[in-house]
Amino acid sequence: MKFFLNCTEANHVCDKNQYHEAGLGDNIMLNIHLIYCSVCRKYSMRNNRLTKFLKRSSVKVMPLKDKIILKNEFQEKLNN
Amino acid sequence: MEKLNPNLWIDKYADYLYNYTIVRVNDHEISQDLISETFFAALKSAKNFKGEASERTWLISILKRKIIDHYRKKNSKKGKAEVHINYKTEDEEGDWLEENVSDPFDITAEDKLENEELGFAIHQCLESINEKQAQIFKLKTIENYDTEAICKEFEITPSNLWVIIHRARKSLATCLENNWLK
Repeated sequence: MKFFLNCTEANHVCDKNQYHEAGLGDNIMLNIHLIYCSVCRKYSMRNNRLTKFLKRSSVKVMPLKDKIILKNEFQEKLNN
Repeated sequence: MEKLNPNLWIDKYADYLYNYTIVRVNDHEISQDLISETFFAALKSAKNFKGEASERTWLISILKRKIIDHYRKKNSKKGKAEVHINYKTEDEEGDWLEENVSDPFDITAEDKLENEELGFAIHQCLESINEKQAQIFKLKTIENYDTEAICKEFEITPSNLWVIIHRARKSLATCLENNWLK
């Protein structure tokens, strides 16, 4: 395990964290990076806030399979 | 002047319309039907579109009518089997229904409204970013698809996926900061 991540790697861990997909080791390295990197600290903050927003809004989308069905039906109508 | 482009309707507006409907009717099947009816009705009356409003506003106005009709139909069945609810004993005075529907200390109602608006702001921001990025972001974040499933669907590698997610999150955060937090 290495101790120092570069910014791209740190942001990648931060992104994965938003989906609970980063491991403990990743998190430790991210936190070490955040101690000395203010740019990534800012990104982390914004990223976490975005996750909170998404959760709070309980934003909904049409499920993919229903969208595909609707699209096919509609396309058929358009072509006629 | 705005012009209609039915070919892109589903890709561009289905999610927004879905969000709009589901918070109002609270049922997936009904929402799906209402939206499908809306798109077909819009196609039929496309020649009536004057270009004064945006495409989305116009579609929403049709959808609104559909939702109202849906509730009208539902209400027309009312009264046939009416149920009266009231206090059981004489010493409990007052109108049971009236006392139970309104809660003056309900602070969550306003929050709910604000959160709903936030949902629409998110949709609008997603419309403004790259379409493929938005699609993948929605699948991953809102529909909670597995990374693997998305990669298969779009024929990309996991590292491609994370780059796309990163870009989408960055644009979305910026857009929300400009449009929502101000």
